Amino acid sequence: MYNTGKIIAGLVVFFILATLPFLLNLGKANAKIEPSIDTPEINAMPKKHCVEPKAFMRSEHMQLLNNWRDQVVRNGNRIYVGSDGNEYPISLQNTCMKCHANKKKFCDKCHNYMAVKPYCWGCHIAPKENEA
Amino acid sequence: MKTVLPFIAVVILVLLPLFGVTVAHQTQIFFGVVVPYTAVAVFVFGFIYRILQWGKSPVPFCIPTTCGQQKSLPWIKQDKLENPVTTMQVVGRMLLEVLVFRSLFRNMKTEMKEGKAVYGSEKLLWLAGLAFHWSFLFIFVRHYRFFVQDVPTAIQLMEGMDSFFQIGAPLFYMTDAVILGAVTFLLVRRVYLPQIRYISLAADFFPLFLILAIAISGILMRYFFKTHIVAVKQLAIGLVSLNPTIPEGIGAIFYVHLFLICVLLMYFPFSKLMHMGGVFLSPTRNMANDSRIVRYINPWNYPVHVHTYEEYEDDFREKMKKAGLPVEKE
Ligand code: HEC
Ligand code: HEC
Ligand code: HEC
Ligand code: HEM
Repeated sequence: MYNTGKIIAGLVVFFILATLPFLLNLGKANAKIEPSIDTPEINAMPKKHCVEPKAFMRSEHMQLLNNWRDQVVRNGNRIYVGSDGNEYPISLQNTCMKCHANKKKFCDKCHNYMAVKPYCWGCHIAPKENEA
Repeated sequence: MKTVLPFIAVVILVLLPLFGVTVAHQTQIFFGVVVPYTAVAVFVFGFIYRILQWGKSPVPFCIPTTCGQQKSLPWIKQDKLENPVTTMQVVGRMLLEVLVFRSLFRNMKTEMKEGKAVYGSEKLLWLAGLAFHWSFLFIFVRHYRFFVQDVPTAIQLMEGMDSFFQIGAPLFYMTDAVILGAVTFLLVRRVYLPQIRYISLAADFFPLFLILAIAISGILMRYFFKTHIVAVKQLAIGLVSLNPTIPEGIGAIFYVHLFLICVLLMYFPFSKLMHMGGVFLSPTRNMANDSRIVRYINPWNYPVHVHTYEEYEDDFREKMKKAGLPVEKE
């Protein structure tokens, strides 16, 4: 082979870059992500349910919130009717966060894992939580 | 044919996991574990194999293609990046080529106007090529948030930059629009311009369709047919920590996205996409134009027996002296 030194050096760099995710996760266990719904508001519910079914919520809640925001800010509509017929006042702070008052153990559990940082809390007030 | 066949191939590649995962859940193991591992192995070892094959090919001549003033008399200014003579200058030139496609910037178009060939500058291909490659890289690096558990700040910064306009939720990424636009342009160029269509092969259309399908499936997954992203990360981390799991609740759209990427990885070492490694091994780019400073030895040269003047004189010194010819050594 010609230019062996340079080619091998280049291939080593390639190999490390290509397998970096494997190298970084060597011997690490997968974190378990279990958002906690242990809040007084939810515990008081006879049948625990969200504004929409759970499977829908976990994948679509960002779009739901976006629609809620548009409903209030653009259309002045402050009532949301869930697919099960229940009515909810449209509010991030007073509806979502009333039930999910444990933001750090609920919303942030998933968001930290996925490295998403919703910028909502610069204006909207996050629920007060005692434990860090 | 050469356009339609690759298109049909990509459609089949989309339908395969779509039906597989929706009809028989057991195939999730195949599409979520077996295929990804195979793809990574084929990609990494295929890539290395191709590079080693290239490394074994000799370069008989010093053939850098230069396009600037070569190193000459001290008062003539050398163009160090377009006509390098030292390794550092070659590195600079290579960086310019790899990062901003310097040579494509010189792209020209030729047209017949009133019976004469006229040449004009054509920067659109350069712009679209650059937009495509950079947005692809940006998206690729951003995807590392699926593969490391404590996502580095640098990647979070990239996400922040990419979603700077804060449109909608989930936030809209600029690179998604750029990659769609750029790939579409590159595709339309091959179909629309008759000269380019003529020289395009199925092997040119297939990667374009494939990458377009990957980008579209990703964009659909993020903004439209949403799926359980946390479970996707569980699957991804499972794969890279060699502890594969198939979590519940991942939509078929994810398996389509993943399968297309695996096909891309497996196709890579055997296709023109190898230009990613090949650009570094191009003699016209990676050699210094120093053949007037250092003698370039052709590695093909077999040892030639040469008879130098000194040896000639040794052979005939006495005879030369007798004949009255001048000799260098007495
Ligand atoms: C009436 C109380 C209540 C309200 C209001 C409410 N939630 Fe929920 N939420 C729940 C409960 C209870 C669950 C667990 C559902 C289950 O396990 O089936 C849940 C589940 C979820 C999940 C899925 C969690 C998981 O583990 O996958 C998300 C995401 C979520 N909620 C977000 C929201 C958002 C965003 C809002 C505001 C739009 C909201 N919730 C409003 C009670 C509520
Ligand atoms: C620049 C400050 C600001 C930011 C950032 C912001 N909001 Fe708002 N939001 C407002 C204001 C102001 C209203 C109007 C309140 C009203 O009329 O009751 C509002 C209203 C809303 C409403 C409906 C009314 C209510 O009480 O909740 C929702 C839902 C909402 N925002 C969601 C979001 C989400 C989700 C985010 C993050 C992605 C976000 N907002 C970020 C300022 C902000
Ligand atoms: C089951 C895990 C989970 C839970 C619980 C959860 N989220 Fe999310 N959330 C996500 C994921 C994953 C994303 C990012 C989706 C993506 O990148 O496509 C996200 C994104 C968002 C976004 C859009 C942010 C952006 O920058 O694009 C908002 C707003 C949001 N979540 C609000 C909430 C709120 C408020 C709660 C708590 C009431 C909550 N989420 C609970 C998983 C979760
Ligand atoms: C060649 C490599 C890849 C390309 C070009 C690509 C392309 C894309 C694009 C353009 C998007 C739209 C959103 C965004 O820009 O982030 C996307 C989203 C996504 N991709 Fe990929 N992808 C690649 C590899 C992968 C791999 C290996 C996985 C496996 C974990 C994956 C999983 C996802 C998921 C889950 C989403 C949705 C993200 C969200 O909702 O935020 N991608 N992809």
